[in-house]
Amino acid sequence: MAPLNHAKDGLGSIVMTTVEDFLRWGRSNSLWPLTFGLACCAIEMMSAQDSDYDMARFGSEIFRPTPRQADLMIVAGTVCKRMAPRIKTLFEQMAEPRYVIAMGACTINGGPYQYTYSVVHGVDKIIPVDVHVPGCPPTPEALLQGLIKLQRAIRSREGRPRPVPFSPAELSEASRS
Amino acid sequence: MSILTDLQERSPAGVLQVGALDDGKPLMRVAPQALPQIAGAAKELGFAHLACITGVDYPDEHEIEVIYNLYNYDQRENLVLKARTSRDEARLPSVSGVWRAALFLERETYDLLGVRFEGHPDLKRILLPEPWVGHPLRKDYEMNRQQFVSKGPQGEDVVSFDPQEGW
Repeated sequence: MAPLNHAKDGLGSIVMTTVEDFLRWGRSNSLWPLTFGLACCAIEMMSAQDSDYDMARFGSEIFRPTPRQADLMIVAGTVCKRMAPRIKTLFEQMAEPRYVIAMGACTINGGPYQYTYSVVHGVDKIIPVDVHVPGCPPTPEALLQGLIKLQRAIRSREGRPRPVPFSPAELSEASRS
Repeated sequence: MSILTDLQERSPAGVLQVGALDDGKPLMRVAPQALPQIAGAAKELGFAHLACITGVDYPDEHEIEVIYNLYNYDQRENLVLKARTSRDEARLPSVSGVWRAALFLERETYDLLGVRFEGHPDLKRILLPEPWVGHPLRKDYEMNRQQFVSKGPQGEDVVSFDPQEGW
């Protein structure tokens, strides 16, 4: 996507690119997150959206209240076992192509709730995760870095790193490997 | 200590022991069958707020102790009621007729400790899904066996020990 930088400084008025590259560029800069806070990490997520950190700078400004209009799920907070099937439903209701950022220690592997009966040990056992943002909670800067990492992955020709597993058997296969 | 003596006069047979917690809150151990009567008397004395019902499992003594934390907004006083029941067949009379707040709190205690409250209109699990195996706050709950929750065809919660069935 180098030619687009020339378009910015006004040196070139013609940009050569492919349709796929252009679509990827547009897609990466208009990620609409789902309003989806599960626990305290959601406070940092809201902070990242507010004017101090201003997530809208990266095109990710509109938190949608319905999964039908969202294509990015920021799983911010502890995933309880009872919430797990609901998260899966919400993820399946999101429009393709859809992306997931796992925010915080709980969401990555259970975090401080590793030895409890009620917490899922990592949201990647339920839905495929594109970017893990560690921290307890991660700072808004860390979340923004995760978002930028995701945008780069979308913009690269490889796209998302791996295919989306779906059936429960495939899911547990993926979580074991 | 005037509350305790007042309560003791109203139902002398039901009170097993009177004392205080470490932080000075008045404590009263009551017989299970007298629990609703003493609860009603406490409410008449102004303890209108049932703050919490919780419980402790004592496997060595084969007993479960259920603790009722009460508060009096007018006098700004606390009162703690404790009732013990057998561990194998944990049953206590419900106080939901006295405080409506007990409806949810007793469901929670049933969910996590397996105490059945007789007279509760709708005693079912409140936090965990209905087919969950065991009561996690009991000391002999198997923490090493993971249970997995997924959604059935009717949208109901399905619980399984099988990692293949997954979430």
